Amino acid sequence: MIPAPFDYVAADSPQHAVDLLERHADDDAKLLAGGHSLLPMMKLRLATPSVLIDIGRLSELRGIRADGDEIVIGAATPHAVLAGSDLVRAEAPLLAHSAAQVGDPQIRHRGTIGGSLAHADPAADLPMALLALGGTVDVLGVDGSRGIAADDFFTGFFETSLEPGELIASVRIPRSPGAAWGYQKFVRRANDWAIVGAAAIGGRIALANMGPTPLRARAAERALAEGASPAEAAELAAEGTEPGEDVHADREYRRHLARVLVRRALENRT
Amino acid sequence: MQVELTVNGKSRSDDVEPRLLLVHYLREVCGLRAANVGCDTTSCGACTVLLNGSSVKSCTVLTVQTAGQEVTTAEGLAADGELHPVQAAFRAEHGLQCGFCTPGMVMAAVGLLSENPHPTETEVREGLEGNFCRCTGYHNIVRAVLAAADAGHIEPAEVRS
Repeated sequence: MIPAPFDYVAADSPQHAVDLLERHADDDAKLLAGGHSLLPMMKLRLATPSVLIDIGRLSELRGIRADGDEIVIGAATPHAVLAGSDLVRAEAPLLAHSAAQVGDPQIRHRGTIGGSLAHADPAADLPMALLALGGTVDVLGVDGSRGIAADDFFTGFFETSLEPGELIASVRIPRSPGAAWGYQKFVRRANDWAIVGAAAIGGRIALANMGPTPLRARAAERALAEGASPAEAAELAAEGTEPGEDVHADREYRRHLARVLVRRALENRT
Repeated sequence: MQVELTVNGKSRSDDVEPRLLLVHYLREVCGLRAANVGCDTTSCGACTVLLNGSSVKSCTVLTVQTAGQEVTTAEGLAADGELHPVQAAFRAEHGLQCGFCTPGMVMAAVGLLSENPHPTETEVREGLEGNFCRCTGYHNIVRAVLAAADAGHIEPAEVRS
């Protein structure tokens, strides 16, 4: 499978990438980092951008560092680096674990956190992890930079609150060494996306593939805050959700999975 | 557009279309046909090569993304007529049946051992989860990778990509 033709330009800096996005505002330009969400879509001709702006080799967009009470992760940091980071493993272990669940080793060498979040697949690992952790997405645009809270980032099926012309520069995650967390991902095949996923840390519970976006299990969170047991709270995990149906699972089965996986995530917090 | 990169230790400069996938560049422009096009959907791993020492699926990398970088294919492993330890172990342990997955399997194994020179059997199985053998010859493949690790001579490397 061969992508449709496009023009390619490698940006010299994040600001250059933003300038290029503005220059190509009428051209259906797309940012390219690892390309592990975009290129498969282009090969299937589900995406046919006319211009690709490559930000994958910009050192400014890579790396992981502590900044006050947060960990700052460059948007073009590959999953393998995130999963192997001593800082992330010690102070945001849910995120390191989530990155290690994406695809397979080859995919984790190429795919990036910014790309996964911008792609916004509701069944993916990192969007659910971001929502559970309550992180912030830092974006750069022609009018400067802004931070988008995780709860405001995912707006629809493969849609985010990124404006045209904005790029994700970094992701900020609260440092929480020692905080108990749980992570459950139900799949039938190795390497696959979650049929349903659940991630829990502190008072927050996030679900994957239970609707058009990753979701908070708010009824379960409320019950937990009011003193319910993990098993009691988990019974409310699917409340208010309208999950899709496909060959893997119908709606009622997904709701069942959400209840079971949230219970397991809460009961197996480490 | 013109792209300059290093393939199996040799500098190259080629005029390529931006949409040319790395696996097609290697097979059709460089004439290196070890990396196979299997599923063509980032699943099967038959097209696995090393990019700056890390395993990647070359069906999901644009050639232009590799500008200035180092690509290694199975053809680049043997030195001075001596099989790479992983290749030798695949032969000794009969880590192949039809052979279609083998170049990708070998490259994934080389990448795995560079990151984890002494893996457990479980780590080998998980480390090769991105490579399918539809002959289902996994037991001998895993045995071969463990034998290569025991034989040593694998240089540890940081995760780079």
